[in-house]
Amino acid sequence: MEQIIANGLYLGAQYALIALGLTLIFALMNVLNFAHGQMYVLGGFVTYTIYAQLGMPFVAGLLASAVTLAVVGAIVEKFLFRPVIKRSLREESTMLLAAGIAFFLDAVILLAFGEKQRGVPKIIHGVLNWDFRIIMPYDRILIGALAIAVIATFILYMQYSKTGRAMRALAQDRVAAQLMGVDVNRYSMIGFALGAMLAGIVGGLLVTITGVNLGMGGPTSIKAFMMVMIGGAGVISGAIVGGFILGMMESIGLTVLSQYGDITYLVIFVTLMVFLSFRPQGLMGKPWG
Amino acid sequence: MIWNRWNLVAVAIFLLVVFVVVPWLIQVSGRWDFYYTLTSVALLSIGSAGVWLTFYIGRINIGQGAYALAGGYVSAILVTEYGVSFWLTIPLAGLFCAALSVLIGLPILRLRGVYFAMVTLVLTEVARLSALALPITRGAKGIVSIPLPGGISVFGLTIIPDFSTLENVKLAFYYLAVILMVICFAGMYRLVNSRIGHLCRSLQQNEELASSIGVNIAYLRIIAYSISSFLGGIAGAIFVAISQSIYPSSFQVADSINFMLNCFLGGLGYVFGPMLGTLVLYFGWDLLFQTGKYQLLIYSTLLIFLMVVLPNGLLSIRWPSARKVKP
Repeated sequence: MEQIIANGLYLGAQYALIALGLTLIFALMNVLNFAHGQMYVLGGFVTYTIYAQLGMPFVAGLLASAVTLAVVGAIVEKFLFRPVIKRSLREESTMLLAAGIAFFLDAVILLAFGEKQRGVPKIIHGVLNWDFRIIMPYDRILIGALAIAVIATFILYMQYSKTGRAMRALAQDRVAAQLMGVDVNRYSMIGFALGAMLAGIVGGLLVTITGVNLGMGGPTSIKAFMMVMIGGAGVISGAIVGGFILGMMESIGLTVLSQYGDITYLVIFVTLMVFLSFRPQGLMGKPWG
Repeated sequence: MIWNRWNLVAVAIFLLVVFVVVPWLIQVSGRWDFYYTLTSVALLSIGSAGVWLTFYIGRINIGQGAYALAGGYVSAILVTEYGVSFWLTIPLAGLFCAALSVLIGLPILRLRGVYFAMVTLVLTEVARLSALALPITRGAKGIVSIPLPGGISVFGLTIIPDFSTLENVKLAFYYLAVILMVICFAGMYRLVNSRIGHLCRSLQQNEELASSIGVNIAYLRIIAYSISSFLGGIAGAIFVAISQSIYPSSFQVADSINFMLNCFLGGLGYVFGPMLGTLVLYFGWDLLFQTGKYQLLIYSTLLIFLMVVLPNGLLSIRWPSARKVKP
């Protein structure tokens, strides 16, 4: 039992961090970022290159992932999303653009890093063994703790910094924020960069445990969508709750349902559908967000 | 619906091109592989037409792959396990998907915007996982060596020959797909310009207002969604007959996204948008095959470029001639 909870918390911390980026981008720009999973994979590959290929410290790799993805996010927002949002008649048109960017990042990753599964050397060795009730490698504990630290930093940043306040205002009401003198274009760009950066950081963190490969992008996006749906789209706290709920469900499902074969995700999906038919806006979302 | 002379001419030219000119060109150039490409385009555009209809009521549908997969499995299981004629399984697959979509649609059609989009995306994944888990679909091994469609004859008169006796199966499948596509788009054009079509457009603009005037919005949404899924099921069933096999991965998330992209690219405001979008996307992808490992890079760059230049779809270019077909 303790083992399941520990696994769930560890998974949940990762998932929440992925969902945070997605929900931030959605809240600010009303864009469903299909490329989020690909951004995560790109972050993983950057850390892999810096840490495993070039032999620099892990922290440097993580920072490089964050910076690379922040730059990618800023460029994508400024030169692609902004003009398209301005000119298209229906705001759903951005979905095509997002899907195109997902394909593009896939192609870039394929050309630059190849399609093989890549792993990095462990950052810490050893396994925590608490009376055989919780068995967990130290590196997982470290990564989980780092993820929670990043989440906490992000929340504090959104809550207390000027940029964070501006972005929250933007998410609440775009027009009103503009009237109050918030530079909408600037903060949209910062928000997109921040969302992409979070994806990159998770990629960099997780490469030490699961490794990274090209095919991980799509499934990661789908998981992120599910978390956002559970918690409510565009709500920061919702993304965190959704991430931890999905992590717990996966952890419990893998233990309880393992005797019936690989149906954990089928059960989770069906549960989600039933849940959404009762509460369409998720746990914390605004109705028809 | 105003049927002026130019529209008639445009339709006549289109029919002439697909039924006479294209087979003739392929005969002359000897590029028999184009038949497979064009058949796929025709079938995918049927599926995309369904997605387009859900766009028409203001919903973003990324779940067409689920219904294509379901339709494919229905057809494959009926043909291999129960020996039902393939021709009968086409409507059965469509009806099965339509019934399924009513069940699924009743709860999820209450969702809007990105919520509906995300749920339908998840639905595709559910379909794939169900196909893996259910015993009747034979899991990851899939159903293989499905026989080619048999013949139909009425009173000794052969209407459709047995496909396995034909020397050119590709041509036969091409005609089958194109005929269905023409019927499908003619039906869509009629539907969109009918009373129901106008009511659907009112849903796209403002559901509350439509509802307050007395439009039965729940009923209309279900109708539109089930027609959409019906088309998806038909497209899936014929795809299975062509490839003679089906696996849980035959239609997956990428296919669902492509169905949606076809509609976007053609333009959401135009009935014939999905057809053009599918042609451009699928053919473009096929033509780029020669570029080898840069295929995806060039393809996605073009996609992004097209979107930045023409955010409202290909048909939003104002064409000077009468080929511009507005719904």
